[in-house]
Amino acid sequence: MDKATWVLLLCFYSFLIGNLRAQEIEQSERAERISGAAGDVLEDNPVGRLKVYVYGIPSKYNTKRVKKDPRCLTHMFAAEVFMHRFLLKSPVRTKNPEEADWFFVPVYTTCDLTPNGLPLPFKSPRMMRSAIQLVALKWPYWNRTEGADHFFVTPHDFGACFHYQEEKAIERGILPLLQRATLVQTFGQRNHVCLKEGSITIPPYAPPQKIWAHIIPPETPRSIFVYFRGLFYDVGNDPEGGYYARGARASVWENFKDNPLFDISTEHPATYYEDMQRAVFCLCPLGWAPWSPRLVEAVVFGCIPVIIADDIVLPFADAIPWEEIGVFVAEEDVPKLDTILTSIPTEVILRKQRLLANPTMKQAMLFPQPANPGDAFHQILNGLARKLPHDRSVYLKAGQKVLNWTAGPVGDLKPW
Amino acid sequence: MFHSNHGTRRSAAAVRSSTSGGLEGGGVGSPAASSASEGSSFRPSASTFWLLLHGLCCLISLFLGFRFSRLIFVLLFSNTIYTYTTTTTTTITSTRTETLTVSFPLTHTPPIETAVKPNNSAIELSDKMLNQGSSHSQVVVGRHGIRIRPWPHPDPTEVMRAHQIIVRVQQEQRKWYGVKSPRPLIVITPTYARTFQALHLTGLIHCLRNVPYPVTWIVVEAGGVTNETASLLARSRVQFLHIPFHEKMPVEWAERHLTENRMRLLGLRVIRERNMDGIVLFADDSNVHSLDLFDEIQKVQWMGSVSVGILAHSGGPDRTLLTEDEKLNPPIPVQGPACNSSGHLIGWHTFNSIPYSEKSATFVGESATVLPGKMEWSGFVFNARMIWKEAEEGRPEWVKDLDKIGENGEEIESPLALVNDASFVEPLGDCGKKVMLWWMRVEARADSKFPPGWIIDPPLEIVVPSKRTPWQESDDLAGGKLEQDDRRFTRPKSRSSSKRKNTLPGQDN
Repeated sequence: MDKATWVLLLCFYSFLIGNLRAQEIEQSERAERISGAAGDVLEDNPVGRLKVYVYGIPSKYNTKRVKKDPRCLTHMFAAEVFMHRFLLKSPVRTKNPEEADWFFVPVYTTCDLTPNGLPLPFKSPRMMRSAIQLVALKWPYWNRTEGADHFFVTPHDFGACFHYQEEKAIERGILPLLQRATLVQTFGQRNHVCLKEGSITIPPYAPPQKIWAHIIPPETPRSIFVYFRGLFYDVGNDPEGGYYARGARASVWENFKDNPLFDISTEHPATYYEDMQRAVFCLCPLGWAPWSPRLVEAVVFGCIPVIIADDIVLPFADAIPWEEIGVFVAEEDVPKLDTILTSIPTEVILRKQRLLANPTMKQAMLFPQPANPGDAFHQILNGLARKLPHDRSVYLKAGQKVLNWTAGPVGDLKPW
Repeated sequence: MFHSNHGTRRSAAAVRSSTSGGLEGGGVGSPAASSASEGSSFRPSASTFWLLLHGLCCLISLFLGFRFSRLIFVLLFSNTIYTYTTTTTTTITSTRTETLTVSFPLTHTPPIETAVKPNNSAIELSDKMLNQGSSHSQVVVGRHGIRIRPWPHPDPTEVMRAHQIIVRVQQEQRKWYGVKSPRPLIVITPTYARTFQALHLTGLIHCLRNVPYPVTWIVVEAGGVTNETASLLARSRVQFLHIPFHEKMPVEWAERHLTENRMRLLGLRVIRERNMDGIVLFADDSNVHSLDLFDEIQKVQWMGSVSVGILAHSGGPDRTLLTEDEKLNPPIPVQGPACNSSGHLIGWHTFNSIPYSEKSATFVGESATVLPGKMEWSGFVFNARMIWKEAEEGRPEWVKDLDKIGENGEEIESPLALVNDASFVEPLGDCGKKVMLWWMRVEARADSKFPPGWIIDPPLEIVVPSKRTPWQESDDLAGGKLEQDDRRFTRPKSRSSSKRKNTLPGQDN
């Protein structure tokens, strides 16, 4: 009698567990786990792995700018503002700078907007310089390492080169004072002056509330093959074409405007987010800079991103295996885009959709407030944690100076 | 990103003329700018010379279509600027329909000297070296050609492949998010051969072909099996059963409704005889269905009801004017289940036919409003097992036996006659809030003529000359265009050309 009840209980227990496991397996089959070059690190918890000290510099560098122009909270460069706010409330923050592994200087360099809403980078180098001078004078930690254990968020077009035009940005190069610091930026292109070794590439800011408000039922069938909305020719700045996007967007238009598989146009539809959820491929070509919020939107809406930007470095490239998730097309292969996309085997396409369906993938691209585990804030902290412990050479001996405080264009040296 | 600071860029360009080489985007006249600022250091009479040169450059550029002055700067300054050769195959890329593929990198390298030499890793140094000289990094800043392939049109094989990809993706979507273990559908349609039959049946056929579940279509035809219907069904590629009904379809609408009900009952009896399994749906040939409907009815347990949008005004051209009261509370033309706040069925919405009581159509094809019945059959779906002979386990007691219905010759108005207790009917489509099918009756007059099978055989013999022919037309020639052509060629040229000028003013000569 006793034995029978035990056997029955065991059977019941194993059936229950088996059922749960089956559900788990089904869930995981719908979405595949993502592991990049650094391993399966998307779901790592940075709390306990690093400590960040946030400098308390005058609000004219940060909060006053936002108060003056609240558009800084919604444009695609808003990551600098939200990173600051996140760090102030995060458990990784420490009020004791002696035990900190990383130091954060909260300066909103892209919060100087034109009436149109575009940021002017002309004063940003001076603003950054002024902030660093303040930090170096008031605290000893900058001079200890000349900034090698400090990090900054520079989300502008070409990062810390502080210019919107690529030639000018390349000429300026990264601000000399930031030569040793870690830069958290959206711009990433291999073999480019404005991408420093050891930078952390992040996605541009896309407002999460707006995105989540436009989610449609997942059973809506995907019936658009390729989708794109945006400019092909920047008529105001480059009327002849060939300069904007290195001619790649113009090439897409000229080759595929008559192709029924390509739903591409310059319109601004009200159903832009809904349409992306009904498309199989979403084009993410470069513009004036190689990165764009389209990548974030495509990933969140489950549309396979087709990245047309040579040598681009995508966000969190060591944590997310972008080659397995997106399709990379060289700019010179744009005329063959339809051949390339239709010759991808169906199994590969389904696998990419499964990877995109992974909720950690979608979370890692967004900056929600308040922060959720696994979101972009946490990925940045994970990236910083992976760079620890600091190399011994980071700490300078007393009196050793590396940075040249007078380098750079003369205009940058003026006080801000 | 905007580039409206032309002024600053031009002056900066003058300062860095050795490195920029006339490479600016957006503004017109950058060589003029650099030359103008250079000119300021010359004697004043040289400025007029530069102005003339600038004007000449502008004219030539206008003619050529691109700023050829860049070429000059490239050739002049190429030794000092470029560390690797640029292939300048210069072709004109001004027109957008250029069909050549152009590789046109007029570039300048990133500056070789940097402000501060980094002192840490050697990796950074080697990065800079890569930047400087080798062909490792192919990405260059500057103007590029717009690559257009010679035949920028879709390839049909690729289009088919893309459609196959889409079908597979949608299949996968259905597998994960759609209905699990879908049941086959049995669709019952009463029809008869008439003018608008091809119109209605074609729409229904295409709808059923798009349904992602297995469909068995029972077509009951009044007046026996006809060739027209048979040929339509044979081309439909839907699995069908063509059942003849002994009566002919009457001409009055009221009688037609009753006959259709009897035809549907016949369809149900066929299902019962053959023990067909699945979900039974009544699709009238003139109704319009949305594909969401077929996904929604998979949820039915025994008997369900959906909301039907009644498009009663479609039949006639007369617009019944709404009374003031109706304008404030417009009559909702939806027939279907009504629920209380907790989602339970409490009653039925029916179509309010009182405003139309005097003005409704009596004969098929009459141009007046056609009214629906009290409860349309198309709004009800049920499990086929409900009407099987053997009392299946689980078949509820509130269902009447099909054989007992219609025994006494009574007319069956709506499927609610099949059940004892109507409160067991499940309301579908978010409790009737979602309308997924529309009832519509559009018919031609019963005696209207149409080509049998809608095939024009033998082909028409009447030739009517059109008003705007590309050929030269003369007023006296009515038909026989071929003769007209022959005659035109034998006419003297001057006359024909003058005539062309008169009759077709829009054409070039």
